Amino acid sequence: MDNNQTSTHPDTRRQLQMARSMCWHCQSEVTGEYFCERCVKVQPVSKETDYFTCLGFPRRLTLDPQKLEAKFYELSRTFHPDFYQAKSKAEQTISLSNAAVLNTAYRTLRDPIRRAEYLLALETGSVKDIRTSPPADLFEEILALQDTLEEYRTSDRDSDQGHRLRATLQTEQEALERRKEEMESQLRQLFADWDKLQDAGEATSLARVERDRILKQMRDLLSHRTYINNIVNDLAATIA
Amino acid sequence: MARIVGIDLGTTNSLVAYMKDGQPCVVPDRKGRTMVPSVVALTDNGLIVGDSAKEHLTRNPERTVYSVKRFMGKGLADVQNELAYFPYNVAETGGVIRIRLGQKSYSPPQISAMILKELKLRAEAYLGESITKAVITVPAYFNDSQRQATKDAGLIAGLEVLRIINEPTAASLAYGLQEKTQGTIAVYDFGGGTFDISILKLKEGIFEVLATNGDTHLGGDDLDRLLVDLFIAEIRDRHGIDVGSYPDYMQTVRLEAEGAKIRLSDDLKTEITIELPEDKGRFTRELTRDQLESLVVGVIERTLAPCRIALKDAGLTPKDIDEVVLVGGSTRIPLVRQRVETLFGKQPHCHLNPDEVVALGAAVQADILSGGTTDMLLLDVTPLSLGIETMGGVMSSLIRRNTTIPASAKEMFTTYVDGQTGVDIHILQGERELVKDNRSLARFRLKVPPLPAGVPRIEVTFLIDANGILSVTATDMRTGQSQSIEVKPSYGLSDTEVERMIEDSFKFAAEDVNARKLIEARLDAEALIKTTEKSLAEAGRLVTHEEADGIRTALSQVAAAKDGMDPRVIRARMADLEQAAKNLNVVMLNDSLKKSLHGKTVSEVT
Ligand SMILES: Nc1ncnc2c1ncn2[C@@H]1O[C@H](COP(=O)(O)OP(=O)(O)O)[C@@H](O)[C@H]1O
Ligand SMILES: [Mg+2]
Repeated sequence: MDNNQTSTHPDTRRQLQMARSMCWHCQSEVTGEYFCERCVKVQPVSKETDYFTCLGFPRRLTLDPQKLEAKFYELSRTFHPDFYQAKSKAEQTISLSNAAVLNTAYRTLRDPIRRAEYLLALETGSVKDIRTSPPADLFEEILALQDTLEEYRTSDRDSDQGHRLRATLQTEQEALERRKEEMESQLRQLFADWDKLQDAGEATSLARVERDRILKQMRDLLSHRTYINNIVNDLAATIA
Repeated sequence: MARIVGIDLGTTNSLVAYMKDGQPCVVPDRKGRTMVPSVVALTDNGLIVGDSAKEHLTRNPERTVYSVKRFMGKGLADVQNELAYFPYNVAETGGVIRIRLGQKSYSPPQISAMILKELKLRAEAYLGESITKAVITVPAYFNDSQRQATKDAGLIAGLEVLRIINEPTAASLAYGLQEKTQGTIAVYDFGGGTFDISILKLKEGIFEVLATNGDTHLGGDDLDRLLVDLFIAEIRDRHGIDVGSYPDYMQTVRLEAEGAKIRLSDDLKTEITIELPEDKGRFTRELTRDQLESLVVGVIERTLAPCRIALKDAGLTPKDIDEVVLVGGSTRIPLVRQRVETLFGKQPHCHLNPDEVVALGAAVQADILSGGTTDMLLLDVTPLSLGIETMGGVMSSLIRRNTTIPASAKEMFTTYVDGQTGVDIHILQGERELVKDNRSLARFRLKVPPLPAGVPRIEVTFLIDANGILSVTATDMRTGQSQSIEVKPSYGLSDTEVERMIEDSFKFAAEDVNARKLIEARLDAEALIKTTEKSLAEAGRLVTHEEADGIRTALSQVAAAKDGMDPRVIRARMADLEQAAKNLNVVMLNDSLKKSLHGKTVSEVT
């Protein structure tokens, strides 16, 4: 029996989907995970395989970092070019590109923010990066902050005015950092909502509305958080 | 699979190591020395490498190349401000540095290839088999051009370079094999010309690099220069002579400075003595460790900023580091150890030989590649961000620094003008905003079918392999056709040039055979000297004075020939010695037989 169907999660798919269902080498049907069962040749990871599938995880936003790492290490041992030195040129090429895909997948899923951005792109089918934008209520404040920043950059840092501006910027930085943390905790709530909705696996219209709500709020929050994050980094670099 | 050796191609010293029964070992020469000084000299008898070449540093400075690694993958403009310190002639043709030795010019990879060949011969003589495959180490912070140049050097030396591996990560493999620990380690590698810091997580045989940073122009050489500048100024003041304008004396001053620096790692003060040119007498001074430290502390502190950046990039603080491993000769300096200890808040680990650990790790990686070691795997990162030039001279990053390799990125290109047939792409490496502040790696022209503007869609894939070396492929998304891209390196040798150099080096294969004969002859000569000296000591009294003197003369002639370059001369002097000692051997044998066989002579027995 195909053990891919006995998976515990409703939407855990085959861990790695192959470019073709046919082995590139012996043309027999590929049923194994990463290798052709007949000729034992490594198979290329399909371009269509998303990073969750690649690492054998469901599309959830709360992932166990230990389990993710363990899977990454396991697959690294499977694909890393170090272990293909004595193999054919074709197998070496596949090992190289599979390892590169695996590394990108892990880098994307390891970081909760990047993971969410990636999931958003998958779910909403948009290929463009999320545009960063300031939260509406902070718009005025941020404009004023940019002015202060500019003033500080051109002022004599050791003058009284320099000290005063610096103190203002420091306070602003702390406030923005608090705001960022607030957003991150809101995001964590949305992540949990998303996972719950997926686990329930209902296809009702209510579930669809809820799904769209989560994705929309997540997109806005991610965009604002990145915006604020950039300003905080800029501030920190200028004051330092 | 044929044996793969591990090579540490250092700025100052190079070593070759191999795996023996699951343990890495460094290959020694016949005197038991493991390090080959990375020095190449042109003498009347041709090119020589290593310890014998080192002797020419002061005798023959214009024709003795050292620290060539500083020039690998560089253009002349990159090294302009340090050229004054090198007594040999450095120029540039075709974007590549060339070093003049006598009538010929050599690129840095060709000089490095000579060092590699010496190591190859040494390994072949020791292991008794031909060596054609190697893993070669480079500083972690080496860029694409510098890595490519190292690979070229291997090719020119007749070695298939199966992997370029980073020096600090190589060290971590050797460390991990020996200590069998898990956790987070920092490898601080401060050698002669370069500085690297790498932070790794060791877990269940996986060596995952979290972040790396460094400076490819920061090492013990820079400390020596501060001392050199000091001595030159003092000599000018006290003796009214500018040693800076005498290349041969510069080398003497440099070696004296380095010697003093090394002595001060153990002693609190030392004497400097430099014989001056043109009968100006000699320069002497006392130097204390305190004086040295206050002179070099600035350079040593330049290693700390990369450490902090690496920690930050890894998302760690000093207290997260379980162990700091020291690598490289300059980590023997007490002030270095002290600064490292202060930064990380713990005593560094120095149980490994800092000179050998990189080569040992390269041998471990070689063993992984040949399938011997299967439980260890190194996951390294790219040290610098890779990107392309976009509008307004800005670099757009495609692969960020500290991304695990192999790594790839895809970018879609189209046209802005109807019928446009090409798109120029400029690849860069570095962390700065503007193109001009980053390293130009290569430029190429993407071929595009003539179509209305915006219609062509060409996907370009940038792939950094496990060596940290870039390759580029392009696919026309409309037709699905791939094109291979000829990337012209901004700094470095073109493929045709490397091929020509490989051919050249095959022409010199005859010289290699000669080199091997030389090594063997020297080994045999050494053995003969030893046994003859022993015989002379034990049985010299059994022969006449004249005979003993004759043997001694022949002995010293073999010893002299042994240091020369001609194996035939060595063999000839050896034959002379054998002739001179023939009677002694017979007498000796008779004597011992007499003792055991009660008076029978050799002729009676045989
Ligand atoms: N005991 C010592 N004290 C201070 N510096 C030393 C000592 N031993 C070696 N060095 C310095 O270490 C450098 C060579 O280190 P090494 O690791 O062999 O360099 P590389 O890897 O660049 O070839 C030289 O600058 C040398 O002067
Ligand atoms: Mg070194």
